[in-house]
Amino acid sequence: MYILVELLQLSIYGIVLGSILTLGAIGVSMIFGILRFAHFAHGDLITVGAYTGLGFLMMTNAPFWFALPAGMAGAAIIAVLIDQTVYKRIRRRQPVILLISSFGIGLILRSFVQIIWGPHVFSFPGGIQRPWLVWELAIIPNHVWIFLAALIIVTLLHLFLTRTRVGKAMRAMSDNMDLALITGIPAERIIMITWLLGGALAAGAGVLLGLDSRLTPTMGWNILLPVFAAAIVGGIGRPYGAIAGGMLIGLAMEISTLFLEPSYKPAVAFLIMVAVLIARPHGIFKGAW
Amino acid sequence: MELSGIAAYLVSFFTFVGIYGILALGLNMQWGFTGQFNIGIAGFFAVGAYTSAILTTPESPWHLGGFGQPFLVGVLGAVIVSALVGLLIGWITARLRTDYLAIATIGIAETLRLIIANESWLTNGVRGMSGIDRPFSDFFQALGLSSAMGSLIVVAAFLAGVYFLVERARQSPWGRVLRAIRENEPATEAAGKNIGRFRLEAFVVGSAIMGLGGALYAHYFGFLSPEAFLPLYGTFLVWVMLIAGGSGNNLGALVGAVVIWTIWSGSEFVMSASLPEGYGGYAGPLRVILIGVLLQVILIARPEGLLPERAPQAIATTRRERARQQ
Repeated sequence: MYILVELLQLSIYGIVLGSILTLGAIGVSMIFGILRFAHFAHGDLITVGAYTGLGFLMMTNAPFWFALPAGMAGAAIIAVLIDQTVYKRIRRRQPVILLISSFGIGLILRSFVQIIWGPHVFSFPGGIQRPWLVWELAIIPNHVWIFLAALIIVTLLHLFLTRTRVGKAMRAMSDNMDLALITGIPAERIIMITWLLGGALAAGAGVLLGLDSRLTPTMGWNILLPVFAAAIVGGIGRPYGAIAGGMLIGLAMEISTLFLEPSYKPAVAFLIMVAVLIARPHGIFKGAW
Repeated sequence: MELSGIAAYLVSFFTFVGIYGILALGLNMQWGFTGQFNIGIAGFFAVGAYTSAILTTPESPWHLGGFGQPFLVGVLGAVIVSALVGLLIGWITARLRTDYLAIATIGIAETLRLIIANESWLTNGVRGMSGIDRPFSDFFQALGLSSAMGSLIVVAAFLAGVYFLVERARQSPWGRVLRAIRENEPATEAAGKNIGRFRLEAFVVGSAIMGLGGALYAHYFGFLSPEAFLPLYGTFLVWVMLIAGGSGNNLGALVGAVVIWTIWSGSEFVMSASLPEGYGGYAGPLRVILIGVLLQVILIARPEGLLPERAPQAIATTRRERARQQ
């Protein structure tokens, strides 16, 4: 009985972590689908989004949930600026050159966060919350908000991808680049919108992650590996798979703490990813997005 | 600064250049020749460093050890263990495309760092390992040289050996196959080459060289902790060195190590001299930004590096070609 309660409790944490990972993994997957490279600065984009949201709160005294749209807008603009100043110039060479470039961009972003915010640890206002007791389970109110916020963001993204012309054009480019370009899809504009969305989703993950724990300059880098794992398990280049991948990785990471040191959580995500890469290199979920 | 201070600084400077040079040559074997994207250099570096440290240190209650083996046995062990780790990883990731290999290698490096930080019975965790002896310090003392100078001589000797071997490898038929795989994999396969085998060999050789670099670092620095194997120091600087120097060119890898280490360690002086009082904490991030921006500029403006790759001279087969070469 006790183990069952424990398992359910960890599953709740897993779904919360999975919601955060999903937002990051969708961005990684979309960027890979359109630009064909693994974006290694995505973790640090997550960090930048969280700190941008916090900065907005500090400057305006707005209610705390304003951090989410403010951070998303900030990180979206920063992502587009990075693409226009750096990635755009090396896009026509091998995609792998973009990969090493993004590794450097990630370090630059992290250093800027360290310079602007210093080594202090920040957290969003709200303080320690008294959990709700439902049956034997403790539910932290923030966890409910994190899940709902992620759900709303993913739903809006789904409507955008399936109902708008731009969204459909993005899916077409990811499916078959040459065919899409022949039909006259404006590639540069679609790439820009991909970065806007990827940056906004990363910031969403960052603000929610900050709400769950605290803000540190390495918060995003530390969840980059689980985010990649979620994207790969879901089939990289397929944002809808990233949702399932995110949940699976989030649940596995939290439930593993039953029998492993919690500091090994990223390693659990990584092992699942390697297993999927060997057994099913295209992800465990079928179908295109 | 006094003259002896400058001399000590130069010894330390060139020792680090030598160690980073070895790492860059190892990466050149994997990325420069074969096109394998390893961003887990820090992992192999750490495996080499800890293996040699565990083999050579006297018994300690804080970590595995007590083997008390000589320096060369430690180095040999480091090379063998990192080659084995490279073999295992190379075998697992053999069929993966470049991006997946990149993610897999950094995942392994970070996992190794987690193990080093958490398994204190093995490595003393975050408190680190100390008391690792410098190589042949008695011998160099008898010659009237400091142990640091001795380390530099040993590092230089190993660097020369590795350079000689990788340069021979580059000119050999084996190196030619690696470059062929990088340039055109299907064509190489059609020519009857066993691609998987060649790639695995290159990956293992590169990993072993990185492990050697790790062992030399452990014996020079004398202290190991997981901090030293963060991706910034262990992986990123090596990549910038190879790209700046010219990937595919062994001499370029060494030039890159000298240039980037000069900028990286020189920027420490400039920052500590020029930053106003109380802003010293900004020096670290500012130096990272400097190197990061430098990488972007190189990638955009001179992607082939300072010394671009040049194909080794073709073997003359006909009389006319031989005449042209003379």
